Amino acid sequence: MVTSSNFQSTTAPMDSSATTTGRPAPKASAAAPAPGIGRTLIDIDHVDFYYGAKQALFDVNVKLEEKRVTAFIGPSGCGKSTLLRCLNRMNDLIDGTAIRKGSIKIRDVDIYGRDVDPIELRKRVGMVFQKSNPFPKSIYENIAYGLRIQGRNKKSDLDEVVEKSLRGAALWDEVKDRLHESGLGLSGGQQQRLCIARTIAVSPEVILMDEPCSALDPIATAKVEELIHELKKEFTIIIVTHSMQQAARCSDKTAFFYMGQLIEYDDTKKIFMNPSNPQTEAYVSGRFG
Amino acid sequence: MKRFFDNELETFRSHLILMGETAIRQVRDALKALVDGDIALADRVIAADDELDDLEIKIDTEAIRYMNLRAPVATELRLVIVGMKASHDLERVGDETTSIAKRAVKLAAEPQLKPYVDIPRMAEIAIEMLRGALDCFINGDSDGAIAVVKRDCEVDAINKQLYRELSSYMIENPQTTSRALELMFISKSIERIADHASNIAEEMVFLNKAEDIRHREELKKSGV
Repeated sequence: MVTSSNFQSTTAPMDSSATTTGRPAPKASAAAPAPGIGRTLIDIDHVDFYYGAKQALFDVNVKLEEKRVTAFIGPSGCGKSTLLRCLNRMNDLIDGTAIRKGSIKIRDVDIYGRDVDPIELRKRVGMVFQKSNPFPKSIYENIAYGLRIQGRNKKSDLDEVVEKSLRGAALWDEVKDRLHESGLGLSGGQQQRLCIARTIAVSPEVILMDEPCSALDPIATAKVEELIHELKKEFTIIIVTHSMQQAARCSDKTAFFYMGQLIEYDDTKKIFMNPSNPQTEAYVSGRFG
Repeated sequence: MKRFFDNELETFRSHLILMGETAIRQVRDALKALVDGDIALADRVIAADDELDDLEIKIDTEAIRYMNLRAPVATELRLVIVGMKASHDLERVGDETTSIAKRAVKLAAEPQLKPYVDIPRMAEIAIEMLRGALDCFINGDSDGAIAVVKRDCEVDAINKQLYRELSSYMIENPQTTSRALELMFISKSIERIADHASNIAEEMVFLNKAEDIRHREELKKSGV
């Protein structure tokens, strides 16, 4: 059971910001709301984000739903990847970045709170990148790696997770007879699914995907999209994509960004059938510019 | 930003407007042929149905091509879908006008059963509905489209009234049966034309607002 506080340091006190709203701080899994499709999981509350002096996100305010696929769309430089990377604090790795206003909460816990361990957070909020990046290790070890650094080395345990993860990533049948060959020997599409398998091996709650199919051919893309459709039964997925068709095919909700602002967020069918904002309509119709 | 294929949508729109104008002309001519007993005009109406058939095929072909190659979304997607449906309705309007023209030819060979008052009146409403639906397409006017839908019951009411009246003719004098039946079919054709105009108006609301207003009883009952 994923808890509301399990990306927090176990030794540090609860972040005071989690209690300033008047709500009691979540304590244990039993106190957390039962996972439910469509329930707010990630609350991005009026966020301003800066790269040094340059503001990249302006008052972004949106609630992302549990076990749904949310697509972030928008032209290059609109802030969609920046926001995605805020969700597991990947931006912490860049000097001078900061959320100067607002907060991001996952299950009511401020993920930028002082007691939140970013490493723990990234276990809960996994990420798949544009370019597949398997470790220069065997297929098996690529999956097992995340478990080993958690101290889980029991072979039967690892075997089970490796198989489950590869099955979950729709890769098992293709690699089950060569688990100890290098992950780098797989095709581009297989490598990307290996990275997805590696991500789900540590049982995250959220999977962030930053243009996961942009380097893949249509067949590999179709397999990843099929996989996304399956994965949303267990995970909350947020995908950044430049492909309008991919956003339309894969996502339940779509957020359109432009120049650092969230222009429109709604059901994907609404965004692609009857968007409320003319800028959204212009973008999804390819008339932007 | 203009795209290199934007003219394809303009052509598509133009063909739909041309089809609407052609259908309206056909209805007007078919009724004139009936009222004036003008066989030559009736023959021209029958022959001109091919124009509507050709336009329907052209619009369908353009729509399928556009969906296949341009992957439209939002307003464009609705335009293409609505264009295909509206062109089908307009083609059926053409079929009804052909039917009216053929019956006009038969009726022209016999003495007039009764003064033509109600049929031109209901035809005028049907034409106004078609014109209204077409204007809504051109102007993006959803309120006007809903007003068109509400008028359908006016035509239905006249059709029922004519049915009762023409039935009385047949009961009172069986010699009038064939002419009364022709007029009943003509009345029914006009009622169907109004239905198609109403369908097109509903489609225009979907085009403009992405709202499906079909089969709403409150719209069908109001207006009389």
